[in-house]
Amino acid sequence: MKKHKKARQPEVAFYNNPENRAIIYQVLALVLIFFVTYFVLNNMFINIEKRGINTGFDFLSSEAGFGILQSLIAYDESDSHGKVFIVGLLNTILVSVIGIIFATIIGLLVGIGRLSKNFMVAKLSMIYVETFRNIPILLQILFWYNVVLAALPSPRQSISFFDSIFFNNRGLYIPKPILESGFTAVIIAFILAIVAVIFLTKWANKRHDETGEEFPTFWVSLGILISAPILIFFVSGTPATLEFAELKGFNFRGGWTLIPELLALAFALSIYTATYIAEAVRAGIEAVPKGQKEAAHALGLKDHIILKKVVLPQALRVIIPPVINQYLNLVKNSSLATAIGYPELVTIFSGTSLNQVGQAIEIILMTMAVYLTLSIVISMLMNYLNAKMQIKER
Amino acid sequence: MAIYEKLEAKPAPLGTKGPINWMKENLFSSIVSTILTIISFYLLYITIPPLLDWMIFDATWSGTKEEITKDGARWIFIFEKFNQFIYGFYPEELYWRPNLALAIFTLYIFLFKYFNNTKIRVFIVTSLPIITYILVAGGFGLEHVETDKWGGLLLTVIVASVGIVASFPIGILFALGRQSNMPIIKTISVMYIEFIRGVPLITLLFMSSVILPLFFPENMDFDKLLRALIGITLFQAAYIAEVVRGGLQAIPKGQYEAADSMALSYWQTMGLIILPQALKISIPNIVGSFISLFKDTTLILIIGLFDILAMVTLTNSDTQWLGFETEGYVFVTMIYWVICFSMSKYAKAVEDRFNTDHK
Repeated sequence: MKKHKKARQPEVAFYNNPENRAIIYQVLALVLIFFVTYFVLNNMFINIEKRGINTGFDFLSSEAGFGILQSLIAYDESDSHGKVFIVGLLNTILVSVIGIIFATIIGLLVGIGRLSKNFMVAKLSMIYVETFRNIPILLQILFWYNVVLAALPSPRQSISFFDSIFFNNRGLYIPKPILESGFTAVIIAFILAIVAVIFLTKWANKRHDETGEEFPTFWVSLGILISAPILIFFVSGTPATLEFAELKGFNFRGGWTLIPELLALAFALSIYTATYIAEAVRAGIEAVPKGQKEAAHALGLKDHIILKKVVLPQALRVIIPPVINQYLNLVKNSSLATAIGYPELVTIFSGTSLNQVGQAIEIILMTMAVYLTLSIVISMLMNYLNAKMQIKER
Repeated sequence: MAIYEKLEAKPAPLGTKGPINWMKENLFSSIVSTILTIISFYLLYITIPPLLDWMIFDATWSGTKEEITKDGARWIFIFEKFNQFIYGFYPEELYWRPNLALAIFTLYIFLFKYFNNTKIRVFIVTSLPIITYILVAGGFGLEHVETDKWGGLLLTVIVASVGIVASFPIGILFALGRQSNMPIIKTISVMYIEFIRGVPLITLLFMSSVILPLFFPENMDFDKLLRALIGITLFQAAYIAEVVRGGLQAIPKGQYEAADSMALSYWQTMGLIILPQALKISIPNIVGSFISLFKDTTLILIIGLFDILAMVTLTNSDTQWLGFETEGYVFVTMIYWVICFSMSKYAKAVEDRFNTDHK
């Protein structure tokens, strides 16, 4: 066969060649970015000098001089702005974790509720989702804080549960466990219980693969996890006591206090995020082909077994990515705390600290870096889970 | 050959229709279901009657503040402050200007649907923002109204619309950049999108309100509202970019190849073939993104702008009208709810119209 001579490309102008053009565009983009950056930085340095703004991160070690309503670690006014940062970060994480736990529980229940055969449950779930999803989260936070919590009774008339939990307009008071030295044994028992559960699960899975027999792994694990520490707790002579909150004068003393700001924020975040999680759960379950359920029915499986063994494992693959995105949104939305003064990162660091030292650039960049890091960690987790949940094809 | 015996036809089963049977199937099909039904009715019983009492039956609808005797909602507060909720501090004698802008907007929507002509449509789309701006802000013989006078629902709608309109082209550019095979352009786009999506909107608003002025020469004076608009536009563009990317990824490769074989240039390919299809696919998600933005505009109150939500606190500081937050919040909630709910129903309708799945 005769070898074809490569046809000569028609001559095009240098700048019309797609490859050259790509290079030109990119160089232009780089030059543009370079000039914008130069312009911005140059102006910034001039402005900083003119206005006499301090720069650098020295302020992190200087004294903050203001109190914080609630802190997970010991903090007082003489501590540094660096410590304020840590306190704020921990409070952000605290409210996020509480919010994520409750949003997941509510979202799961409502999402399954929307698909319930019970007419009332399905409609109520729908009303819940449509109501709370269409109201701005900031409005909800302000509403719970300024209207509902403010309408609660004063400490003297607090609502009490079993005389140990008190609820009033200053917050929620719950008993605080005081741990004694012997409590280490209980913690060790708990860790051993976790190890036992891991081995049990492995054994049960192996047995299931070999003989097909079911083992009630979940309930037995739960039993072990609860009973082992409790047993050791009593055997070692109850090495912990509860400190109850008591009404002294005008307010409660002792116990753990959940301040109203935390309650309002956690409540609003869970209620709002749960609507999105519910929708994700519903979409995930609906994405499982009907034939799967019908086939399982035809095999005579019970409804709850079908849900557990056929529907959920397939639905989770669809559910998990959007749900994790919602967790991320919840963490970011916790920054709205600044509207009601819950002392998290944005409120005390980008708010109070910034007002005191005036170093906006450093402080806002640090705050952004925190959220970016959290986002990256969460999305790495998502990719890991996604990879694990993928259908394993040969 | 087998012999078949004819069976007598059985009567139709009783009670497969009618309200009793419906209740049996949908409310009391099992013990669990019955318990759930009872709980649901109880929940309705403890929430709906008091709510109706408060909102309607015990509410005060007219009269003056001194005449309030019932303990229900005092809607007279809303009527009293209605103008402030809608227009903020916009001069009362100039209310006709935003109203006219709204009327023109409505008219344009009809014209847009009626004239299927690209030139007219482009004219409509480009002239609307200019007309609206002149009407609301002043100029060309109209009295100038400072932006710090804008407030209430007017401000909310302005911020949301500017955010939507301005972010759209930027978002599309970044979406194209992210799909591009030029490594530097792609990296820039990815970094922008991931950075903006990784931080809360409020930190971006802080950045544009506190840091942005430092980036420009001192004589360049930035309006407070303009700074907020820049922050919101940057934020929304990243989200639009991701939504459009979803649409771009759904376009089959054959479409690009067909465009290439017709020797269309990159911009011709994108503008005439790819983007129209990608945007059409993304419409439901774009509407979803608009709804989020509309809700997020409430955040501007944190940097000191007076949108409709901020009006609740502000109208409340009037010593004549103390302690009317609840009515204020409920009123604002209803406004947001109605707007967001209608938009999401619209998105659902569009999604259904384009849905080609066989369910």
